[in-house]
Amino acid sequence: MTTLTVFYIGLFYIAAIIFFGGLAYRIYEYSRTPAPLNIPTTPAPTTAGGVVVRMAREVVLFESLFKSNKWIWVFGWLFHVGMAVVLLRHFRYFQEPVWFWVEFIQPYGKYASFAMVAGLAGLWARRFMVDRVRYISTPSDHLMLALLLGIALSGMMMTFVAHTDIVALKAFALGLLTFDWHPLPADPVLLAHLTLVAVLMIIFPVSKLLHAPGIFFSPSRNQVDNPRDRRHIAPWAQALERDNA
Amino acid sequence: MAKIEFEVPALAEDSYTEVPAIKPGAMSHLKSFIAPQAPQEFLGYPWDLAPDWKERAIGRMGEHLKKYRGLRVFMDACVHCGACTDKCHYYLGTSDPNNMPVARQELMRKVYRRYFTLGGKIAPWLVGAEDLTKETLDKWYSYYHQCSECRRCSVFCPYGIDTAEITMAGREILNYVGMGQKYSSEILGKVQKIGNNLGLPGPALEDTLLGMEEDMEDETGVPVKIPLDVKGAEVLLVTPSADFFSEPHVESLIGYAKVFHSLGVSWTLSSHASEAGNFGLFNGNYETMRKVAMRIRDAALELGVKRIIVGECGHAWRVAYAFWNTLTGIGYGGDDKFSQMLQKQLDDRYPQPSHICEFTWEHIQNGALKFDKEANDHRIITYHDSCNVARASRMGNMPGGQFIIPRSIIKAVANNFYDMAPDTVFESTFCCGGGGGMLTDDLIEARVKGALPRMNALNDVVQKHDVNFMATICAICKAQFTKVLPFYKFDMSMVGGVHQLVGTAIKLG
Repeated sequence: MTTLTVFYIGLFYIAAIIFFGGLAYRIYEYSRTPAPLNIPTTPAPTTAGGVVVRMAREVVLFESLFKSNKWIWVFGWLFHVGMAVVLLRHFRYFQEPVWFWVEFIQPYGKYASFAMVAGLAGLWARRFMVDRVRYISTPSDHLMLALLLGIALSGMMMTFVAHTDIVALKAFALGLLTFDWHPLPADPVLLAHLTLVAVLMIIFPVSKLLHAPGIFFSPSRNQVDNPRDRRHIAPWAQALERDNA
Repeated sequence: MAKIEFEVPALAEDSYTEVPAIKPGAMSHLKSFIAPQAPQEFLGYPWDLAPDWKERAIGRMGEHLKKYRGLRVFMDACVHCGACTDKCHYYLGTSDPNNMPVARQELMRKVYRRYFTLGGKIAPWLVGAEDLTKETLDKWYSYYHQCSECRRCSVFCPYGIDTAEITMAGREILNYVGMGQKYSSEILGKVQKIGNNLGLPGPALEDTLLGMEEDMEDETGVPVKIPLDVKGAEVLLVTPSADFFSEPHVESLIGYAKVFHSLGVSWTLSSHASEAGNFGLFNGNYETMRKVAMRIRDAALELGVKRIIVGECGHAWRVAYAFWNTLTGIGYGGDDKFSQMLQKQLDDRYPQPSHICEFTWEHIQNGALKFDKEANDHRIITYHDSCNVARASRMGNMPGGQFIIPRSIIKAVANNFYDMAPDTVFESTFCCGGGGGMLTDDLIEARVKGALPRMNALNDVVQKHDVNFMATICAICKAQFTKVLPFYKFDMSMVGGVHQLVGTAIKLG
């Protein structure tokens, strides 16, 4: 076992703990913070089923963004959908035997990376070209795009230009899951790819990437429009009522 | 009144308002008058910055983050995508980038990051975090009073981030450290001490209503009444106090009175709750909003009414429709003592509360109201959706009823109706520019400039269809347009209420 392998094993365990633990903590925090008033942006669904549909349209189709700005929608949607397919494709490095549908999407996953890169490039271009977006962009906004592009491009290098030792990599990945550790190939492109992924996992719970869990807790999108039929009341508001009764 | 020294924006060729290039600091000079001691003391707030204001502000922000999930999630979720940047009427009218919703939010988010997030604590320069300084606080004061809490940005945000929620929290924190807004704080005093935002005491109100009854009888020959404090009446009407003596508001009050008269429904106003408006919404203090709303519950129980109906007022309808049940128990589903009392007393065949448009539409549909539509033929009408009605409430059983019902009423009482451009009405409606606690002369520059997108849309239907009447169901919209229309060379009497049209066309008895 080389120092390199040990380092990456440690890095990924730490990254995984921060990613899953941090995310779970954020979700816990959001879910425990009361929403004292009924504030869906109307017109809003009047049933819980309707809210599920509204949320699905937001999460899958980015409906509000589509209404808002077609350029951001095209780039944002390409990037997210491309990334989703690419991520699903990566399941095969963590399972033996590989599931049928993971096998099935392999070719699509390869080319989805182009959509991902095109979307990221478009979003980044807007940060320079549109004065309003330039005004609100912070250094971390640029770095986040650089990070994601770095991950995508290093991945594509290994898929389309110089293959890495994929058998050894899979053994390493499976080993992480089963605590039966195997050496990691010392391919610089692979190491760059893995390092960037680990960084992304680590910053996820403390960055704007929280928009992913956040949308599900956004009261303007997840509340049912039924305030005349149901009394919404937060525990702190109930306590206030008791004190001032 | 302050001297007016600013350029009124030029109207566009068509309904579309051009998105301007940013002009940083273009509106940073605008500062609403700060609330003095008396109203602040009444509301339980300081009126001067104490030496520990910074700790107080950050502590208060922490409390808000724990109490409001919306604020908590909205602080984290923004990715700076820019979708909202061209959606705010104040940005479109002023070009000041701090009037872009994301930048307005960012004024608070920078401070949030600095004191509440890991990234902001260790690398503020990287993530756009900033210390809370007096300069930041002044920017909050300026720009959180250049937001009408209209929620247009929340329609277009991919995560539904609602700047109104952030503005409300910002104003509450400002109040908490001693920087309240004179206009809103004084109104919150008047409504609680006297019963309405205008500070019109009971006897004066009674006189005014008697005068209106005489005028109506002179004009129509029919003794239409406007009852006050009648115990045992069927309906309690809660309406904005502007309806009692502002033009064109009174015309709608006359319209409601004629509707009730024609139907033979007994109704009453209440001197204790002679105000539907609730500025507690605007400055984000739940307790204040609750106290102000409580007057309506008291009046309803005291008068023993069966229905509670709300007059033409946008934010009041939001508070009534969406919050009264929570704040006071007016509505269904509550199991506490007062909710139970109200549910026993109020007629459960109707939604509680109801909007006056829901009531009128119900009786147009069942044929109980008759109209002479030609009486409105001198008017060519358009309809301005008020923001709080459009994006924060509903009418009827169906999502979007708040757009359909007022238009259906207009079409039932008048022959000439044209909608404005689709991206300026319904859920995309542009604010009048004077909502959310901005209806004060010290903010006239933002009010005039912020009205630009609506003025362009109006101008478009004026050019195309000779529209000469813009109907709306909000007291603030009516007052704002009356003031602002002349800046754009329109006649101020172009604006009026939906029930003004109803009142013109209705056949009495």
